[in-house]
Amino acid sequence: MSPGVLGMNRREFVAAGVAAGAGLVVGFYLPHGAKSSQQVFSPNAYLRITPENKITIVVARSEMGQGVRTALPMILAEELEADWKQIEIEQAGASTLYGDQTTGGSASVRTTWDPMRRAGAAAREMLISAAALTWGVPRSSCAAQNGNILHGASKRQLSYGELALKAAALPIPTDVPLKQSKDYKIVGQRLARVDTPSKVKGEAVFGIDFRMPGMKYAVLSRCPTIGGKLQSFDDKESKKIAGVSYAGKIGDSAVAVVADSVWGAMEGRRLLNVNWDDGPNKDLNTAAAMESLKQAAAKKGASLYSVGDVSKAAGRRVSAEFQLPFMAHAPMEPGNCTAHFQGSKCELWAPTQVPQDCRDAVAQAVGLDPDQVKVNVTLMGGGFGRRLEHDYAVEAAQVSKAVQAPVKVIWTREDDMRSSTYRPASLHQLSAVVDGAGWPVAFTHRIVAPSISGQKGQPGPNGIDPDLPDEAALVYALPNVALEYVLAETPVPLGWMRSVYALQAAFASESFIDELAAAAGKDPLEYRLHMLSKDKDQDIPFFATTWHTARMRAVLQLAADKAGWKNPLPGGRFRGIACFACFSSYVAEVVEISMENDTPRVHRVVAAVDCGQVVNPSILEQQIPGGVVYALSNALRAKITIEKGRVVQGNFDDYPPLRMEETPLVEVYAVPSTEPPTGIGEPSVPPLAPALCNAIYAATKKRIRALPILG
Amino acid sequence: MAEIRLRVNGTDERVSVPPETPLLWVLRDTLALTGTKFGCGAGLCGACTVHVEGAVVRSCSTPVSQVAGKSVTTIEGLSANGLHVLQQAWIAEEVPQCGYCQTGQIMTAAALLAKTPDPSDEQITRAMNGNLCRCGTYERIRKAIRRAASGGAVAVGGTR
Repeated sequence: MSPGVLGMNRREFVAAGVAAGAGLVVGFYLPHGAKSSQQVFSPNAYLRITPENKITIVVARSEMGQGVRTALPMILAEELEADWKQIEIEQAGASTLYGDQTTGGSASVRTTWDPMRRAGAAAREMLISAAALTWGVPRSSCAAQNGNILHGASKRQLSYGELALKAAALPIPTDVPLKQSKDYKIVGQRLARVDTPSKVKGEAVFGIDFRMPGMKYAVLSRCPTIGGKLQSFDDKESKKIAGVSYAGKIGDSAVAVVADSVWGAMEGRRLLNVNWDDGPNKDLNTAAAMESLKQAAAKKGASLYSVGDVSKAAGRRVSAEFQLPFMAHAPMEPGNCTAHFQGSKCELWAPTQVPQDCRDAVAQAVGLDPDQVKVNVTLMGGGFGRRLEHDYAVEAAQVSKAVQAPVKVIWTREDDMRSSTYRPASLHQLSAVVDGAGWPVAFTHRIVAPSISGQKGQPGPNGIDPDLPDEAALVYALPNVALEYVLAETPVPLGWMRSVYALQAAFASESFIDELAAAAGKDPLEYRLHMLSKDKDQDIPFFATTWHTARMRAVLQLAADKAGWKNPLPGGRFRGIACFACFSSYVAEVVEISMENDTPRVHRVVAAVDCGQVVNPSILEQQIPGGVVYALSNALRAKITIEKGRVVQGNFDDYPPLRMEETPLVEVYAVPSTEPPTGIGEPSVPPLAPALCNAIYAATKKRIRALPILG
Repeated sequence: MAEIRLRVNGTDERVSVPPETPLLWVLRDTLALTGTKFGCGAGLCGACTVHVEGAVVRSCSTPVSQVAGKSVTTIEGLSANGLHVLQQAWIAEEVPQCGYCQTGQIMTAAALLAKTPDPSDEQITRAMNGNLCRCGTYERIRKAIRRAASGGAVAVGGTR
């Protein structure tokens, strides 16, 4: 990441300042997000300071609960030496001014850390210069503090607003000093999230809450069979429902029913008589989908990562297979989007992780140029990767175009469960060669899974999804390692779900490591620490990450210490441990369980994380347990099955997330660090299932080889 | 389509909707009270929780005809200024992540505290178990309820 790059030259800077209504505007570059392997810089966010002293920080990532509307402005405000209470936050819509606005890959803080700091620092330095010019004193005698520039000697001070116009006329410094972490006043503090009060009062506007005059409501009947198409429909009965004004084909495989209320649209859809062409997958079922993974496993794999030569290692061979099902994201807010198509333009109010994809896909779907589509980003009732798809937005625009009115498309829970994109099912073949003492001298992990990117028409080299090497990384320092990916095909729609392939990879490899430790008669913690005892750096190109055994060692030790790993447990209690690194962060978890009627009951989870500098500990302490609870849902019960080409599960009764009664206490400990911050949204997910399964082994001496645990 | 009368957050309302329309959609679409959320449509997640005559009701699966003439309280009417002791506790404990389910959680918790001012852990779990949260905020919900309970009596209902 090149330092000191600001997004505009002086002329553009001043012009932007004027355009924004006379004030100081700082634009800056951010690197592209996780979608690109190149570090491209483009303008991404803005700071606005008006002469009235209104300080606005624009957030160009989407808020889905992970706290970006608080954390990102904190980073800029820190360098700005702003008064946090004074800051106003503005959500950016899709724009060409910003870089890749995709909110995913636990990347928002990680990829905006440097540019946000530099933008704040540049503004601070310019405000200092403006004050020094105003007072005719040396810059070095002025200091920024809490939203003002102070001149200590004369005890004068000017607010940022008072200096805004003068600062706007100054050249942007190209190389700005950044604060040392020991001087931080905002970063690292438990600042209250800016979105909390509106959320507890019911005032927060999620996508589904957006309203506008003349707005109609639509629900769609989508072909229930994967890959099927619409043959014909009869809307005679639907139209008898009061308020139903329209029924029409949308795309190849859906019929929209439009009414003046959600309930009217739902009732209209219920009475719609539709004939589907079930298409090529009408006989697909879960068994066949899993069998196709087994068949694919016979193929030669593509290398994700290798060290040494696993084929030359000598010793005793241990092998095991693991498998995981398709899973659904199931965010609490079902899919929805409001669109207003008006001939030469279309405006969207979208709960989306991908505003720019929505813009581009909608433009294509309704025959507009991308710059004729305006995307407003609303709050999201969870995302978990489901809102990395643009399907809701395209539907809303198409229906709005069809009825020539603003339309809100709403998905029901059953729509969300059955017409979603799913975490890929996968098969994992693990094998190791162990020496006489039981230590692995060779470790092979073959991941057999369909490709998410490939199915979306963007296959990576050798069919490997660009994010997979990071999500499957093995941090242990072993002499011979082979991580392979075997591409499998599936017609089941695939999507990126919280922690993506890392969940599968960690379940398989961390369960297997535990198995090796048990076979060697060694303590699972000591076994892992031994394999991490040598300092080793392992480069993973996609996320520009280098994994360090030392950092993994530290989180493992911290989790174990806090959990009291060495201390005996009360009777009937058992522990399991696992560690994993992904999205540039390291997490280790110790899970404590008892068994009740052959069912694990999780009492306590101790999570240790190294995510570099913690921007806001309170948000960290939301995200890590949040990931643990999500992962526990996944591990215990999450399973999407298919019969006759159709997804079986429909609602929270047959796809049951964790409820309060099953939720364990989750303790979070962060390794103190001044390294640049890394992701916290996803990394606590992968270690949970293997740590839990390893605890079940400790209790029962049985290995769980397939998720979900409860079948 | 008959006219149905109900009292919502202390205000008399008349709505002309099919009588089987779920209360949820009357609140959200007809009365523009969007703090009550749609999550499952089947009474499985609790995001749509409101009070009818002080008792917890899943508005997504309650036909509006069943609440004709009755008094309904939504999150918007839980307190005069949006700062019911539970809402304050929710802010103090920084409960919400995405926040979508939280209004339903608060409504369920408010009904619990109205009946059981100082609930045990088990009573909290039993009352709250019908409310799903995919962000996994359950432990902070529990803490917020305890905080509110220790802060004194809680009045449910009230007007906007």
